[in-house]
Amino acid sequence: MAELSSGQVRAIARLARLQLAGADLREMGGQLGRILDAFSVLASVDVEGVEPTAHVLDLTGGGRSDQPVPSLPREAALDQAPDAAAGHFRVPRVLS
Amino acid sequence: MGSLVDRTLAQMRAGLDAGDFTSEDLTRAHLERIAAVNPALNAYLHVDREGALASARSSDAARRAKGAAPPPPLSGLPLALKDILCVAGMPTTCGSRLLEGYRPPYDATVVERLRGAGAVILGKTNMDEFAMGSSCENSGYGPCRNPLDPGRVPGGSSGGTAAAVAARAAGGGYGTDTGGSIRQPAALCGLVGLKPTYGRVSRRGLVAFASSLDQVGPMARTVDDAALLLEAIWGPDPLDATTHPEPPEPLGREGGLAGLRLGVVRDWLEAGVDAGVGAALDACLGRIAEAGGELVDVRLPRGEEALATYYVLATAEASANLARFDGVRYGQRRLQEGDDLDALYTRTRGAGFGKEVQRRILLGTYALSAGYYDAYYLRAQKVRTLIRRDFAAALDAADVLLGPTSPEVAFPLGEKTRDPLTLYRTDIFTVPVSLAGLPALSLPCGESGGLPVGLQVIGGPFQEARVLQVARGIEAALQLAPFAPAPVG
Repeated sequence: MAELSSGQVRAIARLARLQLAGADLREMGGQLGRILDAFSVLASVDVEGVEPTAHVLDLTGGGRSDQPVPSLPREAALDQAPDAAAGHFRVPRVLS
Repeated sequence: MGSLVDRTLAQMRAGLDAGDFTSEDLTRAHLERIAAVNPALNAYLHVDREGALASARSSDAARRAKGAAPPPPLSGLPLALKDILCVAGMPTTCGSRLLEGYRPPYDATVVERLRGAGAVILGKTNMDEFAMGSSCENSGYGPCRNPLDPGRVPGGSSGGTAAAVAARAAGGGYGTDTGGSIRQPAALCGLVGLKPTYGRVSRRGLVAFASSLDQVGPMARTVDDAALLLEAIWGPDPLDATTHPEPPEPLGREGGLAGLRLGVVRDWLEAGVDAGVGAALDACLGRIAEAGGELVDVRLPRGEEALATYYVLATAEASANLARFDGVRYGQRRLQEGDDLDALYTRTRGAGFGKEVQRRILLGTYALSAGYYDAYYLRAQKVRTLIRRDFAAALDAADVLLGPTSPEVAFPLGEKTRDPLTLYRTDIFTVPVSLAGLPALSLPCGESGGLPVGLQVIGGPFQEARVLQVARGIEAALQLAPFAPAPVG
């Protein structure tokens, strides 16, 4: 693989919602390529018939009693927002 | 016994119980020590002087009250918290500029339990940004330095807690461990650090890095202190469905190696430890055998595969977890005239995250993206199953496993910053254990060039008690002098 092109890195960055400058795209491309090369050791492992592990605990369906409890007050939830108005988080226009 | 700050937590507690000094005395001594060493070490990102003194006075008042119940286990003991655990109203940055100024609206479950146990929280400690790193150099607030040799790193990502405890600027503290972030800095700073079994300690209020791996655990100067700190936080939490529902048995304080088979991970000793580290480990194993420990060889052959598996899975989980930092609900926002919502996201995340965090988000996004999911993420999950089986087989042949924590001692600042893969390699003995979800403790076992070498003790699922028992036995057999911090100023 050696290196990811700036175009490839830009496409991944787009999926990850990261704005990267041109120089960063090139630097990341080289580094990501070398790291992915190191990951290629996985391709040689025989995993035929092996179940994937998503989680190491053999626990399923833990739950708690269905009792309503107070939730975070609205003011506390909004308190750390960069911008809030009228009891809501405020963001730039989404639809033009 | 020297000054107050040189005492172990057990000794501090005994002194408080005997009335030799107050928690306020103890807390003031630590605050003075912090003021003296922190400019050089950058171990603390936030010191809560007033809050700590208030907790100390309240602990002292409770002790003085006539006919009072025995004080809770951590009453009046000054501790450091990694800045990834939410404390209501206290800055919580995760070492990231993106969270500069953020003050959480609630306490993590671990923090609630510490308050209930009477702990004095001195402040929040430096770390690699969002726990991504093994040197504490990836902090948005400048690197933390190793108190034993300030030209060297303390390890990471819980390097700030390690440095604070090793510098006597906290009696003990807490870190978090995703792929070695408690054990490796403990090893590099000459401390005891324990990563509990996945599911042993609540993750509620721990800012998530990789949710199938993250655990909170203690960092301390002795095995007994680590046990004390673990007992204060562990056990089921109805607000974290991944905690094991069975309450743990209280820990004993016995130590010993007799009648236990100790499995030495030969693959780790043979492949890639520095000569000085290897020699220290060999000498330590010799002492363990003399003390009656029965050593058997075990194999864990998938080192390289485990490293790749870890970095695929951890970055994939991180890429999803860190999507929440979008400049809308908390943290910093970067916005320019004319930006739409999408531009707000990308600009905020591009400016707010450091390079290593961005690199890992990109890797994880790539590993989860269409066309690559099967080759990377799904395949890594299957290899994870094989690694779990390897550990299960090794733990059939032995009661606990022993091996190095880190391939080398604390390295100079800047030595591994150019190539990310070089730094990833330092995790080669810790990430396999994390993938298997097992409890593991690092304790000092010797030195190389005057710097501490860590021995890793790994147990079966939920066998923290056995791990601590063996570690206590080894600690007693070795009788190492504590590693002294370098003079400051």
